Amino acid sequence: MIYREAGDFKTGYRDDGQTFPIRLDRWGYYAALAVAFGIIPFVINDYWANAVFVPFLIYAIAALGLNILTGYAGQVSLGTGGFMAVGAYAVYKLMTAFPEISVVIHILLAGGITAVVGMLFGLPSLRIKGFYLAVATLAAQFFLVWLFNKVPWFYNYSASGQINAPERTVLGWAVTGPATSAAGKYLVCLIFALLLAWVARNLTRGTLGRKWMAIRDMDIAAEIIGVNPLTAKLSAFAVSSFFIGVAGALLFAVYLGAAEVGEAFGINKSFLVLFMIIIGGLGSIFGSFAGAAFMVLLPVLLKNVLVGSFGWPTDLAAHFELMIVGALIVFFLIVEPHGLARLWALAKEKLRLWPFPH
Amino acid sequence: MDQLIYSAEIFLNGLMTGVMYALVALGFVLIYKASGVFNYAQGVLALFAALTLVGIQQGQVPFRHLINAIFGTHLESFGWTLPSVLAILLTAGVMVLLAVLIEKLVLQHLVGQEPIILFMATIGLAYFLEGLGDVMWGADIKTLDVGLPQGISESIESVTAAWFGYGFFIDRLDIWATAIAALLVAALVAFSQYTKQGRAMRAVADDHQAALSVGISLRFIWVMVWSIAGFVALVAGIMWGTKSGVQFSLSLIALKALPVLMLGGFTSIPGAIVGGLIIGVGEKLFEFWIGPLIGGATENWFAYVLALIFLVFRPQGLFGERIIERV
Repeated sequence: MIYREAGDFKTGYRDDGQTFPIRLDRWGYYAALAVAFGIIPFVINDYWANAVFVPFLIYAIAALGLNILTGYAGQVSLGTGGFMAVGAYAVYKLMTAFPEISVVIHILLAGGITAVVGMLFGLPSLRIKGFYLAVATLAAQFFLVWLFNKVPWFYNYSASGQINAPERTVLGWAVTGPATSAAGKYLVCLIFALLLAWVARNLTRGTLGRKWMAIRDMDIAAEIIGVNPLTAKLSAFAVSSFFIGVAGALLFAVYLGAAEVGEAFGINKSFLVLFMIIIGGLGSIFGSFAGAAFMVLLPVLLKNVLVGSFGWPTDLAAHFELMIVGALIVFFLIVEPHGLARLWALAKEKLRLWPFPH
Repeated sequence: MDQLIYSAEIFLNGLMTGVMYALVALGFVLIYKASGVFNYAQGVLALFAALTLVGIQQGQVPFRHLINAIFGTHLESFGWTLPSVLAILLTAGVMVLLAVLIEKLVLQHLVGQEPIILFMATIGLAYFLEGLGDVMWGADIKTLDVGLPQGISESIESVTAAWFGYGFFIDRLDIWATAIAALLVAALVAFSQYTKQGRAMRAVADDHQAALSVGISLRFIWVMVWSIAGFVALVAGIMWGTKSGVQFSLSLIALKALPVLMLGGFTSIPGAIVGGLIIGVGEKLFEFWIGPLIGGATENWFAYVLALIFLVFRPQGLFGERIIERV
């Protein structure tokens, strides 16, 4: 009843092209921002930060990145874990080599380095497509993990082969290392996630995003109408890898604090992020967040219900989780290949007409 | 000279490993040709088959951990040990049942979707089956013994010792696996060339609609192909399970089979075999010659990088059908 565009007059192109054309959506967005910045940082504790909010925000960034590549540009990638590892090791090397520079700059630079690596592994996409490309990106996954395992320079010759995030502060607040408060971790990830989501939204509705979508829908046809596949595909790989690199850097520096490459950035991570964008919705910014929230919350929920309430052994619960995740993926692909984002859009369509049927 | 003899031994071992890779790759090719589905779950199918075989053979109660957790019972096993042949037959039956279920519950609903959607559905299927296998039979490492000979082959060792002054170490299991794989491939080729169902399968692979219009049942063919793939997975599961125990890492051989497919082409049975041999030999020799220089453990990625470089020059693989695109 109150969810209407009636009475919300657009008087210019800016109004017409805005992200939330309906007033209630805009208010909802501002309200969500107000809660995220005004309330959650003051009430958050370590459990909620570590189990829910921080991984959600970090994976949302990774899912945004993969969604740009897979959802918008149509290039399926299974190398996400490897690219996250590049971000993590890049930020580690930068943090230890230049301790006097702000960690925010390091994280952005790590994204940049990942973008270069991503473009390198994106080169075959000019020749091969579809499954062949998906399998080719696995080469990136295995090669990068092996590289960070075997070359001691990357982990500063530490005996354990692990990398540990040194303590760094932003504006006097600790954001990495053991002294970090829950609110500090949360805010850093929140700001990065919001800024990158804003960038992604504006890239995807501009020239570049339209080129990506043209390539996705049919690359030969796109080439004929004047889209250069070289720049379109490589820019998709670069932007996507930048996002994924930042996510990897945050995952290591802010969330985990210490990481071992095979464990933290293995192939399961690639699949996890892929599942997020399938469940959330391919080619949707909102879907990246929804999918990340879903895949982060599901294990927490299942663990609480199965282990906490039913008293099952944890390994049995973990196997059940695999089954449920797998079944859900198949279920979503059958029932709603466009994911949670499409369900949300459909619900909003219905709501605009409610309570009148036509 | 010593290096060359070692290389020859590694070459032989690589060939045998390559046959095992080819065996897994074969399952992929069969399904891909008949239904256009790139079945990521093939490796997990092999794991599931091996788990089921061990479970049936040793008479374990399926879902016993689950039942014990819910009802507080202490079920362990039925207390029998079945002969290998019977257990293998029963497991083959389970794999056929699984094929029917997959077709009914998953594939049937995804007809006409884009290939990449189907691919992702099989990733979901792989997760589901992995969880199901663990819930059904437990996640502990099991030993599988169906009576295949194991251990060093003395005759080869003595022959090579007489020729080169150095006895080659060749596992008898590998020789058997090679023989069985060769037999399986021959049987599959004969099946697809000389039987009615085999011709129908090739017709479906060629063109779904044309096959439908001459009265071939797509659903029957799909169930059949998935059953055959399940059977190939069972054979692969027996080989790998006997070699290195039945455990989660068994499903990772699927990841080894992927570059084999890229190299050989997704649509070619000879391609799968040649690709498997190239990768098996290539990764062993690379590890032997180059591995020590760059830190070892190159087997994880060598196959992929080789396939990647290869693909840049020949996108359809060695024997794949030429990819023709029209707007």
